[in-house]
Amino acid sequence: MIGFWTLFSKEVLRFWKVGFQTIAAPVLTAMLYLLIFAHVLEDHVRVHGLPYTAFLVPGLVMMSILQNAFANSSSSLIQSKVTGSIVFVLLPPLSYRVFWAAYVLAAVARGLVVGVGVLAVTAWFADLHFVAPGWILAFALFGGAILGTLGVVAGIWADKFDQLAAFQNFLIMPLTFLSGVFYSIHSLPAFWQQVSTYNPVFYMIDGFRYGFFGVSDVSPWTSLAVVGVCFALLAALTLALLQRGYKLRM
Amino acid sequence: MTVPAIRVSGVAKHFGSVCALDGVDLEIAGGEFFGLLGPNGAGKTTLISALAGLVRPDAGRLEVMGHDVQADYRGARRLLGVVPQELVFDPFFSVRETLRIQSGYFGIRGNDDWIDEILHNLDLTAKADANMRALSGGMKRRVLVAQALVHRPPVIVLDEPTAGVDVELRQGLWRFIRRLNEDGHTIVLTTHYLEEAESECARIAMMKAGRIIALDTTANLLQRFGSETLSLEEVFVRVMNA
Ligand SMILES: Nc1ncnc2c1ncn2[C@@H]1O[C@H](COP(=O)(O)OP(=O)(O)OP(=O)(O)O)[C@@H](O)[C@H]1O
Ligand SMILES: [Mg+2]
Repeated sequence: MIGFWTLFSKEVLRFWKVGFQTIAAPVLTAMLYLLIFAHVLEDHVRVHGLPYTAFLVPGLVMMSILQNAFANSSSSLIQSKVTGSIVFVLLPPLSYRVFWAAYVLAAVARGLVVGVGVLAVTAWFADLHFVAPGWILAFALFGGAILGTLGVVAGIWADKFDQLAAFQNFLIMPLTFLSGVFYSIHSLPAFWQQVSTYNPVFYMIDGFRYGFFGVSDVSPWTSLAVVGVCFALLAALTLALLQRGYKLRM
Repeated sequence: MTVPAIRVSGVAKHFGSVCALDGVDLEIAGGEFFGLLGPNGAGKTTLISALAGLVRPDAGRLEVMGHDVQADYRGARRLLGVVPQELVFDPFFSVRETLRIQSGYFGIRGNDDWIDEILHNLDLTAKADANMRALSGGMKRRVLVAQALVHRPPVIVLDEPTAGVDVELRQGLWRFIRRLNEDGHTIVLTTHYLEEAESECARIAMMKAGRIIALDTTANLLQRFGSETLSLEEVFVRVMNA
């Protein structure tokens, strides 16, 4: 247990010490999205009967949680692999489960800190409700854990920073941008609606938004089931990789 | 029969077409001061990495005080302290933070008394609160040694601990390691400074191309080529060219 707490708090300290870059910067980015999109669309678009800005805020919060959870575990791992300091966690008697749990929970922590930051600055621009806080929390945790785990896989798989950037730019970014952060999928043509239902991130965002307004594209229970299954599968895969020492123990 | 500190049997390891370890057998008893010598690329670091679980051998087994490094990896790693050859550090933390974190990984909290003692012995006390980035190369090396010792491992493996360390500190380092050895810790070290190995190690293995080609007490090795008194360096050269 001490081993887990040490690794977890080291990972939290790592992003906390450079908070300007790991917390403030993504909060600013989300703020810019809000200002631009809300300015352009607020008077023209309503989604689920909500003003556009109100609709957008939960999506931006969730997108920030997801992207930052991924960024935390993946960048920490690739950095310690490239510098070699990964040996400091490979030499001690930390089990692969502890390794996974510590990196993922620290990623969730970063996601939540950024998410709360984004919420705090964007809430001023919209009339928000918190109809079902339990759903908000559940999707925030699951979403952060899924992307944090994906970050562990990416960080272990990548040998160089540009491989990690490719993972981020060609997988994580499209999945999060095309997930209904900026629109309801009901506004899409039938084909793209269908495609969206294969994107797990769509369910994270849709369920998360349900917690604010009590409206969503699909039932939050469906979303929770999809997200829960995704998490279980990805966690099992990642633990199997870690147990084999994939790319960490040659 | 007492359990050896380290037991290596039939260990082989290939990296692609390179054969880094070619069937290594080795037993090191508890309390020994043991030297692992060999030219660049002989396989010393690979052997140490296999012992530490950083490298998975293709064949053979390794044990630390009877604990198999694969099957009982947690038991083995608790007993082993490794100073890696590469000069690595985590730039986010100070020296003291680094050592506290390393203690925590081994399940130890409130380790400051021992950390202070290590810092003192490695002449790092003045740098305790300096960021790792702000240290010179030799100081970083000493922090690596300190990190390997936080959990008071009974078996200590040092992969070129004195590379880049100045004379005075090298002597201080050896004093400290000798004392640990006198207190019962098993010491295994690699070095390219053969006078160091000659003066510190009681027993020596010489490796070449993934094999151990000489293994004996230092005294016996020095007499290996007849009565003429050779230095360990001269013996080493003859063994390698034999
Ligand atoms: N990760 C790796 N991938 C490919 N080859 C490797 C790897 N690690 C070691 N080798 C090869 O294995 C052989 C043994 O290397 P090793 O690092 O064990 O040598 P060494 O005895 O420690 O040498 P040195 O004195 O230079 O530290 C070398 O030929 C090396 O190139
Ligand atoms: Mg080496």
